[in-house]
Amino acid sequence: GHINHTIFWTNLSPNGGGEPQGELSEAIKRDFGSFQKMKEKMSAATVAVQGSGWGWLGFDKDSGRLRIAACGNQDPLQGTTGLVPLLGIDVWEHAYYLQYKNVRPDY
Amino acid sequence: MLCRVGYVRRCAATLNPILGAVASRQKHTLPDLPYDYGALEPHICAEIMQLHHSKHHATYVNNLNVTEEKYQEALAKGDVTAQVSLQPALKFNGGGHINHAIFWTNLSPNGGGEPQGKLLEAIKRDFGSFQKMKDKISAATVAVQGSGWGWLGFDKDSGRLRIAACANQDPLQGTTGLIPLLGIDVWEHAYYLQYKNVRPDYVKAIWNVVNWENVSERLQAAKK
Repeated sequence: GHINHTIFWTNLSPNGGGEPQGELSEAIKRDFGSFQKMKEKMSAATVAVQGSGWGWLGFDKDSGRLRIAACGNQDPLQGTTGLVPLLGIDVWEHAYYLQYKNVRPDY
Repeated sequence: MLCRVGYVRRCAATLNPILGAVASRQKHTLPDLPYDYGALEPHICAEIMQLHHSKHHATYVNNLNVTEEKYQEALAKGDVTAQVSLQPALKFNGGGHINHAIFWTNLSPNGGGEPQGKLLEAIKRDFGSFQKMKDKISAATVAVQGSGWGWLGFDKDSGRLRIAACANQDPLQGTTGLIPLLGIDVWEHAYYLQYKNVRPDYVKAIWNVVNWENVSERLQAAKK
């Protein structure tokens, strides 16, 4: 929980949004085809989490590739899968319920 | 109501063998709440009850029907890979439907107080006292990591009451064999709008609306 949320706060910014640039953008295109495809794949995996958990964009050191993963509860990505966490999306209900109620996809 | 659906299903298949394959599976439906959305206030607020019943439970019902339909096709085709890939959705949505159908009957605006009769005897026998049972189930329920349920269940083998916790929508009987008597939902959607992060306050408050008659009925049925 501590690891995940510490990453999460840095993953977000009031100046955020738009599109990735540079080497990140290249890696996304190489491993997913396009930024849009990566977003869709990660969004789907994140919305599909059963119960509490997180969607992740991670880096696989062995293959040098970006990967999408989902973890249950507060299972930390690196500790449980070895992937290095880049971007996490918290879908525990407390992350969105007061504003989005049951509509996780909107969040 | 889950039993009634099965009965209708079997009747339909018997009465019309040609359509038996189609009518052999009636869809699951969302059971009505036995009281108004606001009936459990101030312990559980109307907004929670409305979202919980008409959105969350309804979604489990819809997704269960969709999944069962796909599972039926996979069975018909003999596609075991597809069957296996559908099983998490069956467990999740089937469990969600089962759990919530029990939960609405476990609560009542006339609830609270203490259990009576055979249920009270069993509680005293298996936990020492009603208070000790409440403390134990409350602790187990609050301690659930992530989403899940606390349960008072009946163990048919030993004839004893037991406390258990299940994760996500894992149904008590399907995963442990215990017969569910009383469930406490601690998915955040069950309490967050009112209690925010303070799950213990919600678990404390819910005792005011527990329908002990329903829990007793379930124990009687479980003993048969």
